[in-house]
Amino acid sequence: MEAIDSLLHGLTIAMQPLNLVYALIGVLLGTAVGVLPGIGPALTVALLLPVTFKLDPAGSLIMFAGIYYGGMYGGSTTSILINTPGESASMVTALEGNKMAKAGRGGPALATAAIGSFVAGTLATLGIVFLAPTLVSVAVNFGPEDYFALMCVAFITVSATFGDSPVRGLTALFIGLVLGLVGIDKLTGQPRLSFGVPDLLDGVEVTTLAVGLFAVGEALYVASRRHLGEEQLEPVRGSLWMTAKDWKRSFWPWIRGTLFGFPIGALPAGGAEIPTFLSYSTERRLSRNPEEFGHGAIEGVAGPEAANNASAAGTLVPLLTLGLPTSATAAMMLAGFQQYGLNPGPLLFAERPDLVWGLIASLFIANGMLLILNLPLVGLWVRLLAIPQPWLYAGILVFATMGTIAAKPSVVELSMLVAFGVMGFVMRRFDFPIAPVVVGLILGPVAEAQLRRALQISLGDPLVLVQSPMSATLLGIALLALILPFALRGMNRFKASED
Amino acid sequence: MLKSGDDAEAGEAPVSAPDISEDRKPDIEALVIAAVLLVLALVIFWDTAALQLAATYGLGPKAMPYVIAAGLGVLGVANGVLAWRGGFPPRETIDIKAIVLILGGFAALIATIGLGGGFIPATAILFAATATAFGRRAIHIDLAIGLVLGVAVFLLFDKLLTLALPAGPIERLLF
Repeated sequence: MEAIDSLLHGLTIAMQPLNLVYALIGVLLGTAVGVLPGIGPALTVALLLPVTFKLDPAGSLIMFAGIYYGGMYGGSTTSILINTPGESASMVTALEGNKMAKAGRGGPALATAAIGSFVAGTLATLGIVFLAPTLVSVAVNFGPEDYFALMCVAFITVSATFGDSPVRGLTALFIGLVLGLVGIDKLTGQPRLSFGVPDLLDGVEVTTLAVGLFAVGEALYVASRRHLGEEQLEPVRGSLWMTAKDWKRSFWPWIRGTLFGFPIGALPAGGAEIPTFLSYSTERRLSRNPEEFGHGAIEGVAGPEAANNASAAGTLVPLLTLGLPTSATAAMMLAGFQQYGLNPGPLLFAERPDLVWGLIASLFIANGMLLILNLPLVGLWVRLLAIPQPWLYAGILVFATMGTIAAKPSVVELSMLVAFGVMGFVMRRFDFPIAPVVVGLILGPVAEAQLRRALQISLGDPLVLVQSPMSATLLGIALLALILPFALRGMNRFKASED
Repeated sequence: MLKSGDDAEAGEAPVSAPDISEDRKPDIEALVIAAVLLVLALVIFWDTAALQLAATYGLGPKAMPYVIAAGLGVLGVANGVLAWRGGFPPRETIDIKAIVLILGGFAALIATIGLGGGFIPATAILFAATATAFGRRAIHIDLAIGLVLGVAVFLLFDKLLTLALPAGPIERLLF
């Protein structure tokens, strides 16, 4: 019951007044950006990185986690009321949720999303409490070759296995890896891909890349498609409260959604989309009234919303115990740790237990705050959607510029911001996923360092990568995850030509 | 996402159809992307080859760039094949004017800051340009809003949180 002791100790830290304030700021910001279309939690954390540089690490990390959780709550509001999912993980919620809102049942849809998020968030955070120490005790024995192999698994699962197109996912990853090469090599001091530009010697700023891809790219994309028509805001009509029948129909989908979301998020298996789709199709199959699906079935909101939140919590497990980000927001949180010189992993649990457990405990508090913020106060958040789109995006770009200049005040940096923005626009237009670029930039240099360390220890013998059973297994999994989508695709084509 | 009353579609998980369909035409824009990827791979090769190094233990700083360049080259070819066979999803028409306005706003912002005009006027220009790109037709009001926002952001982040934002004549005059 060591985990319980650690958690209780963490609670005493999370309950400190200043940390409560940070958590509250985090969940408020997170809900706001989740509700507003066009900005997500990853962008918000990116914008806040330079701002929080001088603040207390524990406080800022608690705030970032609040933003992550809050973004997941707020995203559902937008999907239900205007059918424009703020992020792909809320796509499924929009399917049934928007239909419910159109049928005048927007209130119960918002309620089941909020309560489901709370149930899932709480259960999944309990999952972190018990799973994290176990993983840490395994990870303590990891050598550099094991870490390298683990990162290979993350690279492949984040980019190739679960996207629409493995080729486009891997392309996005490699662009991130290329950006990770830029700058002075930490082991030898050699400048790489800097082309004599002094601004590039420090490497590509994570903030600039993320803000360019997410804020500028999104603004360009939305502006370029505005003539195609805008979405209507569906007013919340009728009662906000769920009936007894709604509760009964929502309960098991919440639980099942959590059971899908947490493990898939916790294994480095590619984001929140998969569990939401799994949960949706499961609920559809198990429902007593499957004919309601597609016309506003409450199960189709309850399950995916729970899955969504549980997987967000799940991604914190590999992030905290192994330093492995498996979503864009987790990648930005890793950048947040790195800016304080902290490296998530087993060592962090040993060296800074106060920080790690304070962060985990604050997740429970954030969840409680979010339930209150989202149930009785949902009307306030909906008003945010009334901000006219031109001012919203103009404001987003002003803050994007501010975040970039604050991180590195130079004209070169601003030009890079715009270049990344254009890249983000092209990637959206041609259906390349964005998250692998960010993960590649952040994790690429770490993976290279681990590989080179492993080969230095083995005096240059590459067999070290397959001699450790852990590393060999992980590399096998990575290879399998790389080949599988192509193989399946081949089989699909085969089947299609058979018909 | 376009609005559609297509309920049958709603339940489908978005597992894509096979990437390659036989009857679609080569996608010129996507071929350009593939070409850019190949050029990028070549640039990495060239830059890495130009590194002057003393001998090191194990893996030097050249190994990873070569691996990544090779991977990028392969992906460039793969993207090229996809583009050639029409494997990219269909695209809608775009409003070029909106894009030009936003990028123009950024160009003006960079010029203003680069020439020492300061954060606040640069922000106002970007704000007004973006709002116009999103269909607003009230450039004077938007410039004014941009100025107010610029002042507020400058006060909050430069003065309160002590981040260094670029200062020009307006900033020096006001604060």
